[in-house]
Amino acid sequence: MISDENESIETLESPENSAVIEIQNLKKDFGNKTVLRDINLILNKGENLVILGQSGTGKSVLIKCIVGLIQIDEGKLIVLGEDLSTLKEKELIQVYRKIGFLFQSGALYDSMTVRENLEFPLKRQLRMKNQEEMDLLVKEALHDVGLDDAIDKSPSELSGGMRKRLGLARTLIVKPEIMLYDEPTTGLDPITSREISNLIMEVQKNHTTSSIIITHDIECARLTANRIIVIKDGVCAVEGIFSELENSTDPWIKSFFE
Amino acid sequence: MGKTISNKSLSVKVEPGNPSKILADSVFKNFFIEVYSMTAFTFRFFKEVWKPPYEINEILKQSFLIGYKSLPLIAITGFIIGLVLTIQSRPTLAKFGAESWLPAMVAVSIIREIGPVITALIFAGKVGSGIGAELASMNVTEQIDAMQVSDTNPFKYLVVTRILSATLMLPILTIFADVVGLFGSYMGVNIKGNVSAHLYFSQVFQSVTFEDILPAIFKTLFFGFAIGLIGCYKGYNSNKGTEGVGKSANSAVVFGSLMVFVIDMIAVQITSLLQN
Ligand SMILES: Nc1ncnc2c1ncn2[C@@H]1O[C@H](COP(=O)(O)OP(=O)(O)O)[C@@H](O)[C@H]1O
Ligand SMILES: [Mg+2]
Repeated sequence: MISDENESIETLESPENSAVIEIQNLKKDFGNKTVLRDINLILNKGENLVILGQSGTGKSVLIKCIVGLIQIDEGKLIVLGEDLSTLKEKELIQVYRKIGFLFQSGALYDSMTVRENLEFPLKRQLRMKNQEEMDLLVKEALHDVGLDDAIDKSPSELSGGMRKRLGLARTLIVKPEIMLYDEPTTGLDPITSREISNLIMEVQKNHTTSSIIITHDIECARLTANRIIVIKDGVCAVEGIFSELENSTDPWIKSFFE
Repeated sequence: MGKTISNKSLSVKVEPGNPSKILADSVFKNFFIEVYSMTAFTFRFFKEVWKPPYEINEILKQSFLIGYKSLPLIAITGFIIGLVLTIQSRPTLAKFGAESWLPAMVAVSIIREIGPVITALIFAGKVGSGIGAELASMNVTEQIDAMQVSDTNPFKYLVVTRILSATLMLPILTIFADVVGLFGSYMGVNIKGNVSAHLYFSQVFQSVTFEDILPAIFKTLFFGFAIGLIGCYKGYNSNKGTEGVGKSANSAVVFGSLMVFVIDMIAVQITSLLQN
């Protein structure tokens, strides 16, 4: 189920690179505190883009802006070729449907069983009604993350790593074209973190998903990143591939890799 | 879309200067900000409650959780209040030689006032705080955000359903508490003396009229609405932190109970106006 090698990096440098997300001059304030000042970034098709940055620099705010959980103050968000500011509510929902979001805290519904957690997006997002069809998808989604036995448990009975995997299964069950991961390995032990990183790579390979991965975990970044962006003071301060940043002479950049 | 109105962007910043004046200013401003956002929240409820999807399954589920699960607590309290009230009232009535009025007097107090208010206070303590804590923890753990990402309007799915269930369940619980309270009172009457159930209840129904029952049950609709609304408001707009959960539960009970008394006071004015 989980493979250790990531051979997909070369194939991504193909000429058909097209942007699935393009962010231009994005600005976001809360009250009189500017969190994001001027963000410009591009996510290419099939790419894993890792975003690094200290706590509280607005990484979560940035990806929540992409799915409309937080309204932006200024700037342009182009997702799958559509400028979001020009879309009507119905069209926006169509675009948001193609984006999966793995929340930092997992965001599992505590009042529901594992099965109901997985059925929720099927019923709500895909308007699915056929119980057999849903059962099949739920089983498949759990199998993909190695949680076959957990189907009738409640989320509170699961360990931290299992909760993360369930969160991932719930997000992937609607087969998004774009995945946004908010600190997928934070709070997990190194071995479980590695399993999650491997799952992220599998998602990229099996579904040619394009992903933004926010992390503090350098091991996760090393494994999953095709490209890395570092956010500082509300702008994208540094961009490069892992080895470039790792060997940087800038002490501030180096500090992430210690 | 969704929950873009947040208190945080409105919260007051304390600036340097005379400390007591600043404190007064900020308490004053915060009070009005609270009133403003609470009003906005109420308007949002009335705007969204008419729009489909009506989330009927969720309303039924919440009604079950809110109503059925409160039954034992309400039963015990109702019974004890009926019993105690009867025992306490007996000596006073006996002094005036009016002991035979005991069932009638206790029944009227239970149905008009004690039943609705005690049930509402218990409801605020159990259901109001439960809603506050539940929604606050859903907020902290990003479950509310996750619902929105799954094409679900969290305000409708979580808030509207809970407010409606609370509004509908409290009157039913009150009727239940009244009945159990009368039964407790019947036991109280029979501690000293021997009154048959038939005699007891015929005395009760002679003295209690629909003019006692209807306004009393009607006002519990408003109690239930206020408790549900305040619980939801406190939970839904909680601070994103674990301390937010306890705070929301706590202030849901405090404000919920306070509102019960405020509404009760207004209700008694209106009914006495109407009945004259
Ligand atoms: N809804 C909100 N209202 C007000 N401030 C917020 C809100 N969400 C985030 N912030 C603030 O924005 C800043 C960035 O938060 P966040 O994106 O969570 O940081 P991180 O980079 O650690 O993910 C923090 O200072 C936080 O307090
Ligand atoms: Mg974050």
